[in-house]
Formats: sequence, structure tokens, C-alpha cells
Amino acid sequence: MTAATDAATPRRRRSFKQDRDVEEWHGAYHPYDLIKEGIIAFVVVSLLVVGLAVIFSSPDDTPVTVKSWSTANPVDFATTAITELDGTSGTATYGPPYNSTTGASQSIGPISPESWFGVHHPIDTATDYVLAPLQTLPNTPEVQAAVSEYKSASPTQQAAWTKAYEDAVTKASFDNGKLTVPAGDYGPVATIIAGLTSMARSGALDGALLSTRQFYGADYTKPLLFLADGTYLADLGAAQHLSGDQWGMMNETGNYPGQAWLWLYTMWYQVPPFKTSANADFQVWGLMLVLTVLLALVPFIPGLRSIPRWTRIYRLIWRRHYKDLAAAAPGGTSP
Amino acid sequence: MQTVSAVMAHVLGNIINLTGPGHYVNWGFIQLSVANLVVIGLMVVVFFAAILIPFKRPGGGDR
Amino acid sequence: MTMDTETPVNAAAGLPEDAHQLTAKLRGAAIEALPPDKLMPDRQPAYVASWIYVFGILTISALAVVILTGLVLSIFGPDWWHLSTVGLFVNSLHLWSVEVFFFCMVIHLWGKFFMAAWRGRRRATWVTGLVTFVVSVAAAFTGYLSQQNFDSQWISTQAKDGINSIGAGAIFNVTNFGQMLMWHIVLLPIAVGILVGGHVLLVRLRGVVPPFAPPDRPTGGAAQPAPAVSEVQP
Repeated sequence: MTAATDAATPRRRRSFKQDRDVEEWHGAYHPYDLIKEGIIAFVVVSLLVVGLAVIFSSPDDTPVTVKSWSTANPVDFATTAITELDGTSGTATYGPPYNSTTGASQSIGPISPESWFGVHHPIDTATDYVLAPLQTLPNTPEVQAAVSEYKSASPTQQAAWTKAYEDAVTKASFDNGKLTVPAGDYGPVATIIAGLTSMARSGALDGALLSTRQFYGADYTKPLLFLADGTYLADLGAAQHLSGDQWGMMNETGNYPGQAWLWLYTMWYQVPPFKTSANADFQVWGLMLVLTVLLALVPFIPGLRSIPRWTRIYRLIWRRHYKDLAAAAPGGTSP
Repeated sequence: MQTVSAVMAHVLGNIINLTGPGHYVNWGFIQLSVANLVVIGLMVVVFFAAILIPFKRPGGGDR
Repeated sequence: MTMDTETPVNAAAGLPEDAHQLTAKLRGAAIEALPPDKLMPDRQPAYVASWIYVFGILTISALAVVILTGLVLSIFGPDWWHLSTVGLFVNSLHLWSVEVFFFCMVIHLWGKFFMAAWRGRRRATWVTGLVTFVVSVAAAFTGYLSQQNFDSQWISTQAKDGINSIGAGAIFNVTNFGQMLMWHIVLLPIAVGILVGGHVLLVRLRGVVPPFAPPDRPTGGAAQPAPAVSEVQP
């Protein structure tokens, strides 16, 4: 009581702004049972939710595994695997927080928090995705010899082999459980990629990518980034209209509604300059931050805070109040 | 027990199956799933309904 | 005993000699700011008469269903709903209550915007509401990441770029299922709960915003009908 009066007194000295100030209510009060309203609301919402759940259930599309990917599209898997080995994949060239590729971080002018924070989830794609998993395979002397040969070769030699293989793998085929690339000078790389493809198709690579320094694991960064480097996952997403350029962030698999509240965020990615910008993510996040702060601060911003009065929707909401006022005014007619 | 779980599966499973190929609308650069469009459309409808439908004041008269 | 007769003990006010206590001071401040009849009023101003006013409590009701169904999912763990029909049904309840939650919250936000409900020292109410919306978006997002299905794989690998671009990816790793589940079921629900609680207390503290004065009397002076004495709250 006192708090309100005390604070209200100095305010009187400021000029009255209708989009900021109010004359507090001295009119009539009506009975309004908030607890009863709450109980009714809870019952109504519960019934609605049960109804929606019974009628529509919820989506649960089976996750992709490295096994299912390499089984469905072994050539795409092999094509991705060689880019992991030679360090040209999306993950290998990502920069922070996965590795220290220079110039890969997004920035606006000199501002680049991505690079400021540095590498926090280190991934060495050649070792983590290809060589180390292969070394866990038992009874594969040919593959182990290939891995040893590759590791002891000079970087120039490695690059020559992987470059030759990367060009050839686009013409690869997969028949009778074997990956076949046209003959060429790939050194041990052909054996390595064929070995990794077999390992992936057996399901063993899924386990190897998850293995941690201890028994339990809950961090799927490595296998998820590997999956995202291929075109298989991207094609599955695009088929369900989930891609970034399809307003995909607000979509859900199947015909379920998704995160519709992300409409504005996902919209920016569809329009210039963000559509073609290499720094789109950072720019859109920056823009959304500014817009969110603006929305939060609407009450403080002259002009913006007058929009409700200009739209006059309030006249509809409080139409009974204004009718009462008109009736009470001198010369007013009672309704 | 098997019957019970079969009945449960029927009751608790979906009556209208929303899995399967989605439906989308395209207006210029705008692409929306029909499901999201329905949700957003309903929000607008419910908003105006909430404003326009007379509210029976608890303990007071409705006008 | 004598003291009791000299100073009648008021449960709310306490004894004068205890007034220096922090407990007593906090209680006094709380009761002064929000006396019981203000905290749980049985009357509302006459202008509170529109269906638009029910969307706040509908949002809170949906949040209650979200939390209750989330608690059931917590009892059985993250694998349960993929394997059990009942689990899938509880997951469906959880998903649809989230959809209803955002549906009602956005209508509530639109309504409060068009009523300019920040007027009259109610700006903090607007700001806490907006922050609740943003934190709820994050809470829902981490829920999508915790589903352990294709959707989670897709959303995490897509969203990482945005989060990484602002540097947050160093700490908040969307491809780390364990971390996202913790944010989803511990940190963000606590944040939403505190924000909603604060928001509701602010609504009770300041009351429901009065209408704009009619255009011919913009200062608000004499804009209100003469109080019907029997209906005026003391």
C-alpha cells in the first residue's frame, strides 16, 4: 500500500504518458474466483491434451546409424570417409569448437566469438573417424598393414594418395558386398576406405565412434558430426522439408506441427543477405538478439509502445468498459 | 495380458496417423508445413474469438 | 504471559522486540507488498471481462501438464517411450502439452501487447513474461534434442552452427545428449518455474492493467465511472 503511494507521488511530477502511465482503478470490482478459474483451465487443458495425444500420438522416426547409412548408400559413406581422412570434410574444416582451422569461424567485422572461445570438443577426423576405429578391428592384418603404411608415409605422399582416391571414389560402385573403385595409385588408401566401409556396414564403427575413456557415454558429438558430413542424412532431412533453406527449423517429421514459434528465426535464412552469407548464422543470431531485446523493452521505447493504442484492438477487448463510461458520462445514454 | 496390451495399443496409438509424407504450402519465399499453418491459423482465430466472444462475467451480467 | 496481554500477538506482525530479525523484516516486507487479499484476491476490476484474460492461466495449466508428464517420463528414463505403448502415449501427452503451452502463451502475449499491459509500473511484468517465452523456447529446443530419434539427430546437427557462431557451442554442446537432457529436465525447467512464479507475483503486486482513457480524455482524469460503493474493494 505505502510502497505504491510512495512511488506514485514523485511520478505525479512527470508528465502523464498514456502508453506508459495509468490512472489506477477506482471503479467497481466484481467477484472473480481465480482458483476456480485455474481448476477449470487445468481440466480443460488436460482434456485437450489427452484428446490430441489419443488422436495424433507423437512422431518417433528411427535414428540413422553409421550402419544404416553405409548399408543404404555405401558409396556416399566411402566418399565422406575419404574427406575425413584427407581433412576436407565439413567437420575437418569447421574450425572452433571442433578444431583450429583458421578463417573458418563466422564473424561480423572483428567480432568472432566462435574463434574467441576456441577448441572445446576436439575432433581430428582422420584419426577419430578412420584410423583409430580401424585399429580396433581384430583379425584384419591387411587393414592393419595399410593403416601402418599410411601413418608412416610423408604428408605429401598421403595427400597424393587421398587426392587420387577422392577423384576416383565418385566413380565407385558397390557390388556383392565390396566397394570397387577404378584402378589407380591410392597406396594403402583403397584398403583403408574399403575396410572402414565394411566395418561401418557391420555396425562396429557405431560402437567405435562412441567409445570413450570410460565405460559410459552420453556425448554423441563425433558420430553425429560424421553423419552430418555425408549427403545421406542431408537428403533424408530435405525429403522431410527440414533443411535450413526450407524453413526447416520450424518443421517436424511427418505431418506433425513443429516449433512454429521459431518462424521468425528460420525466416531470415530465406531472405538476402543472409540467404547467401557465409556468416548467416552469426548475423541471424545477432539480429534475433536485437529483435528479442527490442520486444522485451517495448514498454520503454516511445513509438513502439504506442502501437497498441494506434491499433485500437483494446477498444474491442474493453468494449463493455467503454460502453459503461459513455453511459455514465454527462449526456450519455444508458445501454 | 496380450489382449490388454493390444487394446491399450489401439486406444493409446494414433487414430489419425500423421507420420508419412508431409504436406507443404509455398507462397513466394514462404514455405510452411500444413500442420504448422493449421496451428498458426488456429492461434489467430482463437485470439480474435477470445476478443470478440462475449465473456460472461462471473457474478456479473453478460453484455 | 504478561507480555501477551500487553501486546496482543498478531501472527503477521510478530512481537515488537523481534522486529530487528531478518525473518521478521522479510515477512513484514512480503506481507506489506502482497497482503493475503492482494495475493489471492476474490474480486477483480470490472473491466476484467474478456476471454483474453484466461490465456495466462491456460498457459500455466499447460505448463503444469508439461511438468507432470515430464515427471512420468523421468520415472522410467529416456529409453522407455521408444519401447512401450504407454511410454509413447505419455510422450504424446508431453509433446501436445508443449504445443498447447506455446499456443496459449503466444495468444497471452498478443493480448497483453494490444492492451499495453506494461502501463502503470507494470514493465517488469512484461519483461519477465518475455524472458519466460525465450527460456521456454530453449527448454522446448533441448526437449527436441533429448528425443533420441532422427529428429534429435537432425536438429542437433543443424542447430550446432547457430550456437557455435555465437561462441556458446564451446559450453553448450547440442550434440551432447547427456548435457542436453540435463538442461532439459533440470536447469531450464527450474528457470521457467522461477520466471513464471515471479511473473505471477508481479501480476498480483501490480494488479491487472486498467483500460486506456477514452480518446477525448487522454490524461486519464475522470475516465472512470463513479464507483458503485457496494462493489468497491477496500
